[in-house]
Amino acid sequence: MSYDSNWEVVIGLEIHCQLATKSKIFSGSSTAYGAEPNTQANAVDLALPGVLPVFNKEALRLAVKFGLAVDAEIGMRSVFDRKNYFYPDSPKAYQITQMDHPIVGVGHMDIELENGETKRIGITRAHLEEDAGKSMHGAYHGMTGIDLNRAGTPLIEIVSEPDMSSAKEAVAYMRKIHSLVRYIEISDGNMQEGSFRCDANVSVRPVGQKELGTRAELKNINSFRFVEKAINIEIERQIDVIEDGGKVVQETRLYDADKNETRSMRSTEEANDYRYFPDPDLLPVVIDEAYVDALRKELPELPEQKKQRYIKEFELSSYDADVITSSRELADYFETVNAKCGDAKLAANWVTGELAARLNKEEIEITDSKVDAGAYAGLLLRIKDNTISGKIAKDVFEAMWQGEGSADEVIESKGLKQITDSSAIEAMVDEVIVNNPTQFEELKSGKDKMMGFFVGQVMKASAGKANPGQVNQLMQKKLKG
Amino acid sequence: MSNYHTKSVTELSAMLQAGEVSSVELTQYFLDRIKNNDDKLNSFITVCEEQALAQAAESDEKLKAGNAPLLTGVPIAHKDIFCTDGVKTSCASKMLDNFVSPYDATVVTNMRAAGVVMLGKTNMDEFAMGSSNETSFYGGVKNPWDTLTVPGGSSGGSAAAVAARLAPAATGTDTGGSIRQPAALCGLTGLKPTYGRVSRYGMIAFASSLDQAGTFTQTAEDSALMLNVMSGLDEKDSTSVDKEVPDYTTNLNQDLKGLKIGLPKEYFDEGLNADVAKVVEAAIAEYKKMGAEIVDISLPNSHLSVPAYYVIAPAECSSNLSRFDGVRFGYRCDDPKDLEDMYKRSRGEGFGEEVKRRIMIGAYVLSAGYYDAYYLKAQKIRRLISDDFKAAFEKVDVIMGPTAPDVAFKIGEKSDDPISMYLSDIYTIAVNLAGLPGMSVPAGFVNGLPVGLQITGNYFKESQLLNVAHQYQKNTDWHRAIPEDFS
Repeated sequence: MSYDSNWEVVIGLEIHCQLATKSKIFSGSSTAYGAEPNTQANAVDLALPGVLPVFNKEALRLAVKFGLAVDAEIGMRSVFDRKNYFYPDSPKAYQITQMDHPIVGVGHMDIELENGETKRIGITRAHLEEDAGKSMHGAYHGMTGIDLNRAGTPLIEIVSEPDMSSAKEAVAYMRKIHSLVRYIEISDGNMQEGSFRCDANVSVRPVGQKELGTRAELKNINSFRFVEKAINIEIERQIDVIEDGGKVVQETRLYDADKNETRSMRSTEEANDYRYFPDPDLLPVVIDEAYVDALRKELPELPEQKKQRYIKEFELSSYDADVITSSRELADYFETVNAKCGDAKLAANWVTGELAARLNKEEIEITDSKVDAGAYAGLLLRIKDNTISGKIAKDVFEAMWQGEGSADEVIESKGLKQITDSSAIEAMVDEVIVNNPTQFEELKSGKDKMMGFFVGQVMKASAGKANPGQVNQLMQKKLKG
Repeated sequence: MSNYHTKSVTELSAMLQAGEVSSVELTQYFLDRIKNNDDKLNSFITVCEEQALAQAAESDEKLKAGNAPLLTGVPIAHKDIFCTDGVKTSCASKMLDNFVSPYDATVVTNMRAAGVVMLGKTNMDEFAMGSSNETSFYGGVKNPWDTLTVPGGSSGGSAAAVAARLAPAATGTDTGGSIRQPAALCGLTGLKPTYGRVSRYGMIAFASSLDQAGTFTQTAEDSALMLNVMSGLDEKDSTSVDKEVPDYTTNLNQDLKGLKIGLPKEYFDEGLNADVAKVVEAAIAEYKKMGAEIVDISLPNSHLSVPAYYVIAPAECSSNLSRFDGVRFGYRCDDPKDLEDMYKRSRGEGFGEEVKRRIMIGAYVLSAGYYDAYYLKAQKIRRLISDDFKAAFEKVDVIMGPTAPDVAFKIGEKSDDPISMYLSDIYTIAVNLAGLPGMSVPAGFVNGLPVGLQITGNYFKESQLLNVAHQYQKNTDWHRAIPEDFS
């Protein structure tokens, strides 16, 4: 970030996370994504006259699981309220949500900072609510189309404390929550499909000022990259406004990814009065300790627990353990690789190294990796038994990624098997020494740095196939004469 | 010359079961009565001649096959607030003049399953907001006892239709007295069950925490038969109660010796017409003769019921009626300029004055800064009112009093004075706020217009209420009276 250190940034996030229920939160319609418009909207979703909502208890289960996973207070009696506002994709003209008595109360989530420290981000609350439908502009000759398939999809809105002080922290927190909801299988977390999106409340204040600056709310950001960009651009905008002698206005702003700017959506004059009141169609949701305990038992190993276990059990670094446990799928992948190759450190290095880099480059998730965990373990086994060197392994991996077969098949077909025949290596060593007499003298006179040069030359001569350990040994032998 | 219209549902059911009359014959008879008489009353919005006769024919098949449920083949009318599959469901509003429901309300489903034939949909106050049936988009309904007077509301069409015997019985809904008050003004037996006894699914919501479906019948016995079919848990309505439905007819004949009747002093105050008071006192005297014991009680917060109701009901209605936005169904204004224009004109043109008044009151009492002073305070009053009843029911079995402060008033008399109109529900509203079951039973006449006795019971004591009403009807014949022009 380019803003100077005279400014302090305060960020709070509201994350909307779709719960992975089969049917909607107050109707029996399917929540499956991608159906023809309005084919998953029944009388209740259409808000026909006379229909009534019936609460889907599965959404309750998933919300309580989330609360337990962030160590939060659970609302033993939660109440649904109506948030009244007119918009065509909100068929009842009110959203059923939870205001004063949410299902999840105060909790927290720890994030890793770049300097290796851990920071605790407060979670204010998380409440159950229904998603709206979608307005489709443009395609209908000056009219707007309404698709109510998404209307009534269950959400939890996870509200954080304003505890984050940079876009990076906000992204780290969002990633942690994203990873968690997938770990505990309460959401598919699919950001392209809008299953996981966030609003960011951003304000700035001069360092040392106690009271918070005026905040702007950035709406509906649905990727980690955009969250970071949108917050940073908004911070810059606010600082510019103040430094130019202006005032930040409390408003809702929309991030435009194409122009990389935020712009005002609604001004304060049009601010809605949502006229919240308890929904008389729904009874308060009352749960007991036994219910909560049963769900606690259902929780899988959480990311933080898994991370600590990896550090202890596999002696992984905190950093590696953090990266690997950042998603349940990645951790599962790592565990499969580890189980098959029997070397946790090797597995960790290769999962966080070569594989992670490749996934990053292709912008795909571990679940879409072209090399599965079993095949990847096969590759690491060949490193472990000295069939190939680490360097060759990278080429083999590349071939495997291109679909050229298993590690063994690639090694075989490309003739990449490591040369371990001492006499063959010795011949190459001799040849390199003969061709580089000056350098050899330097090495003999104690210039240890030259050892790397010779090993490198031999490796080059062998097209990388010579066993580097053996090369080293032979060089030592030659040196002693 | 047949006189089916003088028969109660119980009597017609017996005749159908015995094969003395067919459902088709009976249905045609009432369709003809509607055709020949309803121009004087305007009690129906929609008459379903074809469907009714088809349903009747089906019911006749079932009757022939034997073991048909008791109400099989009995024709009735539904208030036009209940959604009926394939039939216009207007709630007496221009907003829904073009709305044909794609589904049946649970009450309608239950009736259909019991073999009941639907004659048509009755007129009402727009969205059930009114006490005189004058707010209907389809014009007011006239009281069969004097067509210059109102039938009461909001279920005025159902009340007028049954009073004139255009239908042997009808359904209604009661949010603040909308069954009991018109039943009183039209000389009928009206029953509003405990909140949660009957499903609200498919009943177009006015005020969700108060609305309850019930019946207009000639006798308490008929109410029991109807309630048997209507009641019960409905998974589609979270506020319907999972409580066993007894056979409401079995308890009707219990004698009333030792029954404790509470008379709240607040129901006999200066607002009550003195002649109406005399009729009610005479009815109480009748109960004394049957061995009941009269206990003076007090419901000290009852004077707060009308103000609290006119905060809570509009608050809920302002939200419930927001879905009528011109987007998916119902009225949409011509040539909207933009979205806001569409909302404003569709709602401005689609709703009548009283509905708009209540939406505005409701939006006001829920708005930021007023919520605590109005909505929350009204909820607190509501609790006090419930507590008053709770205390009373520790001393008595049922509470009696007048259903309405006066007999039917003249058409137009109160239409420009909403407050005086609201006060015609002064004795009924508290019962809705508490969620209790209540009835109105014909108890006599003042100047040729019927007077109703209101009987209120404890939660889910419909059986007892019906028993108390039935015993009175065994000893009196007010409920048998038919307006002269329709006899």
